[in-house]
Amino acid sequence: MKTAEQPFRFLTASYITQIGNQKANNLLELADGLEHCSDASIFHHTFQSLGRHHFITEGFSNDFAQWVLAGLNRVELAEQLAALDIRDYVALPDLRRDLRRLVDNYCASRESHASQAAFESFYFCESLQIAVPVASEAWTLEEFRNGLASLSHASLEFHFLVSRLRLHLSTNDFSKWFTDELQLPTLAQRTNRIDIYTNTLQGVQEKLLSLIDRELAA
Amino acid sequence: MSTATAPPRLITLNDYVPLLGAPEIDDLRWLAERLRGRSVEMVNSTAMGGGVAEILNRVIPIMQELGLGIRWEVMTGGNDFFAITKAFHNALHGGAYESRPENFATFLANNEANQSHLNLDAEFVVIHDPQPVALINARRNHSDHWIWRCHIDLSSPNPDVWNFLEPFVTRYDGTLFSSPDFTRQLSIPQYLFYPSIDPLSDKNRDLDAEYVQKVLERFSIDRTRPILTQISRFDYLKDPIGVVKAYQIVKRYMDCQLVLAGGGAVDDPEGGAVLEEVRGVAKDDPDIHILDLPPWSALEINALQRASTVIIQKSLREGFGLTVTEALWKKKPIVASAVGGIPTQVIHKHTGLLAHSIEGTAYQIRLLLSNPAMAQKLAEQGHEHVREHFLITSNVKRYLTLFCHLLGQSAALEK
Repeated sequence: MKTAEQPFRFLTASYITQIGNQKANNLLELADGLEHCSDASIFHHTFQSLGRHHFITEGFSNDFAQWVLAGLNRVELAEQLAALDIRDYVALPDLRRDLRRLVDNYCASRESHASQAAFESFYFCESLQIAVPVASEAWTLEEFRNGLASLSHASLEFHFLVSRLRLHLSTNDFSKWFTDELQLPTLAQRTNRIDIYTNTLQGVQEKLLSLIDRELAA
Repeated sequence: MSTATAPPRLITLNDYVPLLGAPEIDDLRWLAERLRGRSVEMVNSTAMGGGVAEILNRVIPIMQELGLGIRWEVMTGGNDFFAITKAFHNALHGGAYESRPENFATFLANNEANQSHLNLDAEFVVIHDPQPVALINARRNHSDHWIWRCHIDLSSPNPDVWNFLEPFVTRYDGTLFSSPDFTRQLSIPQYLFYPSIDPLSDKNRDLDAEYVQKVLERFSIDRTRPILTQISRFDYLKDPIGVVKAYQIVKRYMDCQLVLAGGGAVDDPEGGAVLEEVRGVAKDDPDIHILDLPPWSALEINALQRASTVIIQKSLREGFGLTVTEALWKKKPIVASAVGGIPTQVIHKHTGLLAHSIEGTAYQIRLLLSNPAMAQKLAEQGHEHVREHFLITSNVKRYLTLFCHLLGQSAALEK
């Protein structure tokens, strides 16, 4: 069994939400907020929102779509916003641009809806993260499996989802380590393809354990 | 043996493992490692009664078990002081307020008197609610961190009271609010801190089926037919009359019962009036059960929630809405108004259904009663939502995260 030159160090993370002073009460204000909010806020309301709501395995996509549906009852735009797949993006400015484009287009085609007041306000927020090491580290795939089996949801979210921001959205901590340290590109690709939209974090963990078991048995 | 008679014992972190899993509890321990031995002080204005004291009663022992040097101090004050802070409380919720300069003087004098006997030298000082907000005057060491935890809705306060309090608030390092809707534009950071429930408390712990059945029998509620329940004080803002009207619409299509259970009718003159009005609207319908319960009815409320088919929270105005949290934790499908902190908990069509009117409430209830599979899915997702975000352990985790964040900021400034 291959031993890595650098171990995988399992971390866990915790977050608090900082509430910004910017909010939207209609679609025009949402468009303005999307233009001016921080990248961290875009990340919070898309990638991290998916992590916070991982237990919803049908239909939840991002905070913007959910607010347009529940706060404004604009189903068509909500569907369009929800259809943006965060895995298609390798840069947050691109995701921001597409979110903005969808809202702008909708406002342009339905001017009367653009300034309709929402039932509730949308607040642009950011997550503050604290990451701390947990006891285990892995030098081999077997040790990695043992560590993975006892990870919390927060740790999985940190390594599988939030790591994408650090890694320019293209991969995750697990896949990167499989490729860089164990030279297992196929396992890395399969791991990266696990669908966070239709799996809970528990489901992600189980699928990944299953992929590793297959690799170990091969 | 009835669950209701189980003797109390000291709850430890390990007691949460069967509910949350060992990794989640281990995370708290890893996070707390950075804070081991650090001093924390929580200050509020009451040791018993009310949601803040209830939460602190659990947060303090958990943080102690995690190795933090945490204390809880309660400020003192005379009847005049608490009459003024009660008036402030109502004014901050947007109620009328007759401005009297002597009230502000009394408020400040009382805070100053508390400064002399409270020990406010901890590294992290968390001041809860407006009553002790002026204790910030006691801050001497600016390397300490002072946080103001506001449990009330400040979105539309009386300007006289807010203009008096704001200069104190903005001297803190940050504020904690239960919902973004409750915040104001401030020059200091504002963090989202949800309130929480304790899954091991009498209000929320698992109950024997036998005990639940006994409670139903005591109140003559039929378990074989759907039970719609709203748990709340008899208060116009909780709209119990709207709930009865929604039930009456549902009843045209489906056989069901309504339980309205809560307190507040004995010691609150308005509560008595609301109760009478509700009884009037309910007429003599034997399927409407109006239960004016005493404050020590946590187990009965727990049983009623567990026996319910659908839980309703049709408030016209709401704080965070911890009765919603309790219902979701018990895996109950819920129909609730989109007010206060409710939309944070009831994610429409994912963890429950939101409504904006009596007719809408009735429609959503019918939808749930007609679609048990959908109702079950919403309820299960609602339970997970609470498990992840609104339990006492999440509350502790947020405090630990905040303290680590503040320490990190200090370290960065020192470099």
